[in-house]
Amino acid sequence: MRNSLLVNFLLVFTIFFNATVFANESEMNSDEPKTDLKTEIDEYIQHHLKDSHDFSLFSYTDSEGDLHHVGFPLPVILWDNGLVVFSSSKFHHGEELVTSANNHYKLYHGKIYKTDASGTINYDSDHHATNIKPLDFSITKSVMMILITGFLMFLLFRGLAKSYSKNGGIAKGVGRFFEPIILYIRDDIAIATIGEKKHQKYMPFLLTIFFFIWFLNMFGLTPLGVNVTGNIAITTALAVLTFLITNFTGTKTYWKHLFDPLGSSMPWYAKIPLYVILIPIEVLGIFIKPFSLLIRLYANMQAGHIVIMSLIGLMFLFKNWIGSSLSFGLAFAISLIEILVAVLQAYIFTMLSALYFGFASEEHEHAEAH
Amino acid sequence: MTIPRIVGAGLIVIGVGVGIGRIGGQAMEAIARQPEAYGKIQTAMLIVAALIEGIGFAALFATAEN
Repeated sequence: MRNSLLVNFLLVFTIFFNATVFANESEMNSDEPKTDLKTEIDEYIQHHLKDSHDFSLFSYTDSEGDLHHVGFPLPVILWDNGLVVFSSSKFHHGEELVTSANNHYKLYHGKIYKTDASGTINYDSDHHATNIKPLDFSITKSVMMILITGFLMFLLFRGLAKSYSKNGGIAKGVGRFFEPIILYIRDDIAIATIGEKKHQKYMPFLLTIFFFIWFLNMFGLTPLGVNVTGNIAITTALAVLTFLITNFTGTKTYWKHLFDPLGSSMPWYAKIPLYVILIPIEVLGIFIKPFSLLIRLYANMQAGHIVIMSLIGLMFLFKNWIGSSLSFGLAFAISLIEILVAVLQAYIFTMLSALYFGFASEEHEHAEAH
Repeated sequence: MTIPRIVGAGLIVIGVGVGIGRIGGQAMEAIARQPEAYGKIQTAMLIVAALIEGIGFAALFATAEN
């Protein structure tokens, strides 16, 4: 059992490793026909950081100079006075126009625009496209990774929960690895910040958000080339959830802390000049807390990806054994640090969410003790 | 005559570096004094470092062009 698991792991690892090597080689070959390696690396990094409508693993140029993309297309779902569904392979990586129900769509810099029959894109003075953008509900690369992660988490933790009854109260298989982490989140994050009495209500959210962020961060480090938690829309959604839960579970004490922090320690007329300053700050604080959550996660993951890819790009820029091996070593070290950062950011997000929930669910007696 | 944005980014990094460095240093001292409180000190250190880091990133975005 354990041996087969190890073999599977090694197999997956080898496949991933081969994929990266392959991708790097193809990058090297493709620099000859193009003009500048520097701009090419820059474009590659920019492309990687964005969401895309197809799942391209890598692309290469063959001996005849043709560019090949290896990957698979994803469904495009648009709402344009009616549902429009087609495969993203019809775009041919932005080279071709898609006609569906008398409307024409063009993929331009990762966004879908509605164009006329010849596919013209109009620009304003800042060189931004002014064409109409239909509402885009496509299953993009990020959406697909979110679905996969959700499915993976469902399988893992449902299996763990079920194995207790089957195995006489002991976790089985991969659950043995996750059980201590779950217990850590319960004992050292939830109970420590929210308290024994109320932590149970918040546990599902805290566990979900921890493993969701952690898994997506780890997927971001694989050569799959996904950057889900480095997408500000996704971190915003996560922070909005924390914001909503904090404020909807807020007790009377929590709201009193916000709008009447001084309580009965002062007569009401003395409080007025103080509250003119205090209350706006407290109200701003409600919004700043989740905002800092979303910026922290987004910026950390984005920065990590840029640093790793820049260092890998440096290997191809140096083209001598000292510089290239140095930047290889640096890229390797930063990758190891990023594994730590992946856990750390998930931990920080969960920890701070739990802290905010702790403030929100504070009871009266507890507040008086301060 | 305007100061380039990149100078602001450098100043932010200096500020955040000093801040997180001080947190780390003080945490080390605290752990040296009370090794049995290692877990608690580390948790508090990480949270405060994350708060500073969040502000630092927000400021870096403000200096980023367009």
